[in-house]
Amino acid sequence: MSPLGGMRFQIEPRLEQSRAIRTLAPLIAVVLTVLVGAVMFAALGVDPLAALASFFLHPVDTLPELGDIGVKAAPLMLCALGLAVGFRGNVWNIGAEGQLIVGALAGGGVALAFHGATGWYILPLMVAAAFAGGAAWAAIPAFLRTRFHANEILTSLMLTYVAAQLLGFLVHGPWRSPDAFNFPVSRDFGDDARLPYLTDTTELHLGVLFAVIAVPLMWVLTQRSYAGFQVQVAGLAPRAADYAGFKSSRIVWIGMLSGGALAGLAGLGEVAGPIGKLQDQISPGYGFAAIIVAFLGRLHPVGIFFASLLMALLYLGGGTAQIEMQIPPAVTGVFQGMLLFFLLGADLFVGYRIRRVGRVAA
Amino acid sequence: MSPDLIDGIVVILLATVRAGTPLVFAALGELVAERSGVLNLGVEGMMLVGAVAGFAAALGTGSYALGLLAAIAAGAALALVFGFLTLTMRASQVPTGLALTIFGIGLSTFVGYPVQDKPLAGLKPIDIPGLSDIPVIGPLLFGHDLLIYLSLAILAALLWFLYRSKGGLILRAVGESAESADAIGYPVIAIRYAAVAFGGAMAGLGGAYLSLVYTPTWAEQMTAGRGWIALALVVFATWKPGWVVAGAYLFGGVTIVQLNLQGWGFDVSSHLLSMLPYIATIVVLVMISRDETRIKLNAPAALGRPFFRS
Repeated sequence: MSPLGGMRFQIEPRLEQSRAIRTLAPLIAVVLTVLVGAVMFAALGVDPLAALASFFLHPVDTLPELGDIGVKAAPLMLCALGLAVGFRGNVWNIGAEGQLIVGALAGGGVALAFHGATGWYILPLMVAAAFAGGAAWAAIPAFLRTRFHANEILTSLMLTYVAAQLLGFLVHGPWRSPDAFNFPVSRDFGDDARLPYLTDTTELHLGVLFAVIAVPLMWVLTQRSYAGFQVQVAGLAPRAADYAGFKSSRIVWIGMLSGGALAGLAGLGEVAGPIGKLQDQISPGYGFAAIIVAFLGRLHPVGIFFASLLMALLYLGGGTAQIEMQIPPAVTGVFQGMLLFFLLGADLFVGYRIRRVGRVAA
Repeated sequence: MSPDLIDGIVVILLATVRAGTPLVFAALGELVAERSGVLNLGVEGMMLVGAVAGFAAALGTGSYALGLLAAIAAGAALALVFGFLTLTMRASQVPTGLALTIFGIGLSTFVGYPVQDKPLAGLKPIDIPGLSDIPVIGPLLFGHDLLIYLSLAILAALLWFLYRSKGGLILRAVGESAESADAIGYPVIAIRYAAVAFGGAMAGLGGAYLSLVYTPTWAEQMTAGRGWIALALVVFATWKPGWVVAGAYLFGGVTIVQLNLQGWGFDVSSHLLSMLPYIATIVVLVMISRDETRIKLNAPAALGRPFFRS
């Protein structure tokens, strides 16, 4: 309650959650972010309309560029779809970036092992390895949480730093290409170890299709399966879940492994897709941005589909704004953070409403 | 022991304290916030914003004091955004803290762009003629920079505040049971705002220690996960300030060992060595967390639990 011009305001719970606001909150957050962004650009002495056009319109005004949105959105979509499973059950895996890297290493390792070989079987093997690699990296915090009660937020994040160093070690050391003149890159993957392009005019590759297919699959898992139901109950009412006999360790494992496996696949999509080899940087923080995507998409597969397209636009917009307006590309990170702030703030109005009350103390 | 070896040990001890001090600031701040019942996962973001604000201010004005003030203000300001969202707008603490870190990384990189990699002389250790020259004890007692003495003074003040003052008792009561504290008539939300702001100010100081003293420059994401290690330290210390400082120096020691192993003739990849502090954090966290009763007895009972009056 705060006095304001003689009036008092009070936050009071709604009898029923507002579904309309729940659906609209992400859009409100986007509008507010764009508005604050415009003010920020103006304060920096940049023409706000030109900057916004450069950020949100110029990245998508041709067909190949629209394809680029899909290419950027795919890893975000995969990571966020997996993370959302855990988040629904209050399992906070924030190490998707590390699981993405290990997935890329596992899949890329297969590609390097079959260097010079050809065959249809190489790519499926890589996909399986990436899946397993990401899941294995996520299994560590799951095990430490279920066996030793160690907080998965901290362990999964620490493992991200370890994974980044592991990648650095491999491409600077044992996996460095003999032809690379000491650059930290592996050999180029063979043709049969690359994800094929889907069209002639865009950069869309098979990995983007994986992400799109994952949307309905994850919808079935989260909304229609018994496992998804258990996770959901554990998140909304932990004591009811206990009472129903749902094992909390099972929830942790489901949440962590879903996130890890899909992040691993996302990592493979990068190294077997646009990059075509292993190098010391393979992701501009997709695993972290996916946390925002998951929340922005309301932890729902369909919402995540659209949220990852938006987040991809933010990445590409950061690039064009740098070229056209000389704005540092880090502005993308500022926008990402603001987006989540506004969304979390707007959520107040899902369950509560602000009521103006008279001068009488309530 | 030969004099050379003793000198070498003194140098390592000094370096250990320096490496641990950013963690001392950040973790003590987070400890106060958590003691009030608020879990702020945005430490990494607040440290980064403090580091860049402190560096830019010191570079622009030439004054380290102004740099530190800027860092404190920036860290506290970011913490208040977190406070507003979680305490007033009733947002969940975990996602809001994550948002704060992501925002802090982006904001610090963005505003730090013009001062990226610029050099600064850096705050030097004090030198008291006579005292600092005493062998072994001189450098260990009188050979640090002013901020290290400040961090220890804050530790002493916190120990007094938390366990010997009425204010500390109230803060702990709010963290144990906000409902009871509210029923007695204490302003729970205001107390939590203050604790969160203090945590942000301290994280800002910790960041500034990195950019003004430890490696006097600004580089994007220069905290390299120290904010998260600080969060782990609070758990490791079972929410006790003295143990936080001991843990921070332990991690400082791990960092120094990691930086020196190659120099001591161990032929190990620097990438593998760089994993050490992170793996050490996991190991320590597992060791302390496996005793569930000990954590439950020591953690503030209302940690992470929202309180709203309406």
